[in-house]
Amino acid sequence: MATDAGGTNTETQLSGAEVLLRALKDQGVEVIFGYPGGAVLPIYDALYQQNAIRHILVRHEQAAVHAAEGYARSTGRVGCVLVTSGPGATNAVTGLVDALMDSIPIVCLTGQVPTHLIGNDAFQEADTTGITRPATKHNYLVKRAEDMARTVHEAFYVARSGRPGPVVIDLPKDVLIGRAAYVPPATTPHRSYRPNTTPDATAIARAAALLKGAKRPVIYTGGGVINAGAAASDALRRLVRATGAPCTSTLMGLGAYPANDPLFLGMLGMHGTYEANLAMHACDVMLNIGARFDDRVTGRLNAFSPQSRKIHVDIDPSSINKNVPVEVAIVADAGEAIEALLAAFEADPQTQDRAALAAWWQQIDGWRGKDCLRFTQPTARGAVIKPQYAVQRLYEITRDLGRETFITTEVGQHQMWAAQHFRFDAPNRWMTSGGLGTMGYGLPAGMGVQIAHPDALVIDIAGEASILMNIQEMSTLAQYRLPVKVFILNNEYMGMVRQWQELLHGGRYSESYSAALPDFVKLAESFHAKGLRAHSVDELDDVIRAMIAADGPVIADIVVDQKENVFPMIPSGAAHNEMILGPEHEAEAAGITDEGLVLV
Amino acid sequence: MTTTFDTTIRSATISVLVENEAGVLARVIGLFSGRGYNIDSLTVAPVEDGRGRSRINIVTSGTEMVIEQIKAQLDRLVPVHRVADLTQQGPHVAREMALVKVICAGDKRAEALRLSDAFRARVVDATIESFVFEMTGATDKVDAFIELMRPLGLAEVSRTGVAAMARGTRTI
Ligand SMILES: Cc1cc2nc3c(=O)[nH]c(=O)nc-3n(C[C@H](O)[C@H](O)[C@H](O)COP(=O)(O)OP(=O)(O)OC[C@H]3O[C@@H](n4cnc5c(N)ncnc54)[C@H](O)[C@@H]3O)c2cc1C
Ligand SMILES: Cc1ncc(C[n+]2csc(CCOP(=O)(O)OP(=O)(O)O)c2C)c(N)n1
Ligand SMILES: [Mg+2]
Repeated sequence: MATDAGGTNTETQLSGAEVLLRALKDQGVEVIFGYPGGAVLPIYDALYQQNAIRHILVRHEQAAVHAAEGYARSTGRVGCVLVTSGPGATNAVTGLVDALMDSIPIVCLTGQVPTHLIGNDAFQEADTTGITRPATKHNYLVKRAEDMARTVHEAFYVARSGRPGPVVIDLPKDVLIGRAAYVPPATTPHRSYRPNTTPDATAIARAAALLKGAKRPVIYTGGGVINAGAAASDALRRLVRATGAPCTSTLMGLGAYPANDPLFLGMLGMHGTYEANLAMHACDVMLNIGARFDDRVTGRLNAFSPQSRKIHVDIDPSSINKNVPVEVAIVADAGEAIEALLAAFEADPQTQDRAALAAWWQQIDGWRGKDCLRFTQPTARGAVIKPQYAVQRLYEITRDLGRETFITTEVGQHQMWAAQHFRFDAPNRWMTSGGLGTMGYGLPAGMGVQIAHPDALVIDIAGEASILMNIQEMSTLAQYRLPVKVFILNNEYMGMVRQWQELLHGGRYSESYSAALPDFVKLAESFHAKGLRAHSVDELDDVIRAMIAADGPVIADIVVDQKENVFPMIPSGAAHNEMILGPEHEAEAAGITDEGLVLV
Repeated sequence: MTTTFDTTIRSATISVLVENEAGVLARVIGLFSGRGYNIDSLTVAPVEDGRGRSRINIVTSGTEMVIEQIKAQLDRLVPVHRVADLTQQGPHVAREMALVKVICAGDKRAEALRLSDAFRARVVDATIESFVFEMTGATDKVDAFIELMRPLGLAEVSRTGVAAMARGTRTI
């Protein structure tokens, strides 16, 4: 029997890379999004010799992370990424920060130079743990093969527990080659990281009493409800119906509550609906579930919902009292907290003031009457397509088709129109970069969604500028026959930038024109995909139908009105009741202060 | 729990018990610099050798909301076991040590010695032209001693930063 110097049986030992793959498999990993290089060759060698884990070869490491994000957000599982040392790791950083901001569980394996060369400016060395420390929820450098299995198990635990997030494991090449025994996942609790998920009963009772006694309640939900899993969305529906309170959602929470339900007010915030923002402003009790009082949502803090008593449910205590002080803090998983709130709401001895609630709804219906998302689409032959109309038709056609549909977006005006006009009725169907706002997110994220849901319809609602940021992934779509549809709202501008320049910088359109664009139809064709174009309103439906009917990837270039702006809009530094409505309404010029101008 | 935007700034002495692993100090410092919090003093050393734990003591200042945020941010770091706000919890002792070099001659020399005696500072090094005093005490006392030495020929100061714990039977 072969033994090493320490007397351990080397035949039962595996290489570090083999231990790694076994640990991934035990953590339920079925797919890795990655890109090879010298430092990770031992892992690629081990991947080659097994069938349990599928590897998807992307064309840029940033895209690997976004693909894993799409995979994770659409399934509720941890996404897995593999990149090489140095440039592989640094290319992944944008994706990691994106996942950190949006609370997406990712484990990213990065190659590293051998331990004895670390710190020597070796070839393709980067201080990956140093660079990614503020870009991750946590990171590890594995220095010995015998630490491999334990570290990988811990990384998955950290990525998915509490507030989810990205975790990096940096793997020196000698550790991948060194031999060690495999250790299965531990059954003992983590030494120090044990987030609380169960709500405090007293806080729940106080919250339930506030809700039941409310005359003008609002339920403001966010990405945390999605993070908490489908059961939490289901519980939310029951809570909203039990209370009869209006429900609004952040960009990140869309789908947790059905958009077509009459109790839903639409998205709130900078580009949220008139009724959602005014309800937030005028409410007397606000229940925030899994949202983080982001500046896109609150507007000017000292004018934010001045009369309300606030309840905040969040799994991360650092989200509570960060931007907005609240009266009742409930540190818990959204799903568990909603169930507890429901029970406490029923048990609370007060009787709800039904008359007050009815008056509140009457006020809200008045605001709804503004029809703030209204736009006018000229219907004459040859008329230019309004971007809102393109999204609306895309929604209606896919809805009538009844196929399971997932939407990803890039970043910009098209993203906002998608949020406003595509109505989600289920969680995990909407993938967008909210916190970091990363142009180039949508195509690779769609790739990850399609891998997880091979038979579903996956559409990236894109802008012509954003799509060029990760266009190389069209090649990945072709290689794996992933039928992702790229639906470009082509306004020939970085529209969101152009809008701010129009409204805040005197119409000086500095560097925001999308010059020298490629011919997207030919571009699609050169990537072995189908290219389609709609120039005018009469061509739109046919192009959408042809796009959906195609069994492979498609780029649909939808030529839209270049001058359209996203409304309503709460300018930076303004309050909810200082919203600007669009040209469809008498434009109310809210005074934008210098203080507001410095904000983004 | 805060319910209004209180703008009063307070000082907080925070003790953090951490897993003694690579990068943990960088995480704590990165948190403070990345989020723009103040660090007035920071000390770190292993305290439970057998269990591989270190204690970090931080003196910081901010509004109540910011200090609550600092504690929550520290607490969610994966290798952090416990965070205690000693200032908020009640009576605690906080001490630091300073080495203070004074270069002087004649009357000033005698005065430096006399003052060091009054402050219970010890002479740990002396030459014909200089002293190094070792002084332990609360931060304001150390500050006061250093200020007194300034006109007498203060040449160099080296301070440890604060070590702190709750009075009585309470532990972290
Ligand atoms: C161009 C652009 C415009 C935008 N405009 C808007 C806008 O008009 N309106 C808008 O809403 N957003 C807008 N955003 C997005 C915005 O920047 C933020 O990303 C978003 O508002 C944050 O959503 P959230 O509060 O739901 O928090 P998320 O970032 O989704 O955070 C989730 C919160 O839930 C908590 N959580 C996680 N898991 C759980 C769990 N299991 N249980 C309980 N809590 C949990 C987390 O700790 C965190 O506090 C825009 C973004 C871009 C790029
Ligand atoms: C990587 C990155 N760089 C810059 C920005 C700033 N930015 C936000 S929206 C936008 C314009 C997007 O243009 P396009 O993709 O055409 O979308 P549109 O707004 O026209 O719909 C820019 C440059 C960003 N969000 N991400
Ligand atoms: Mg554009």
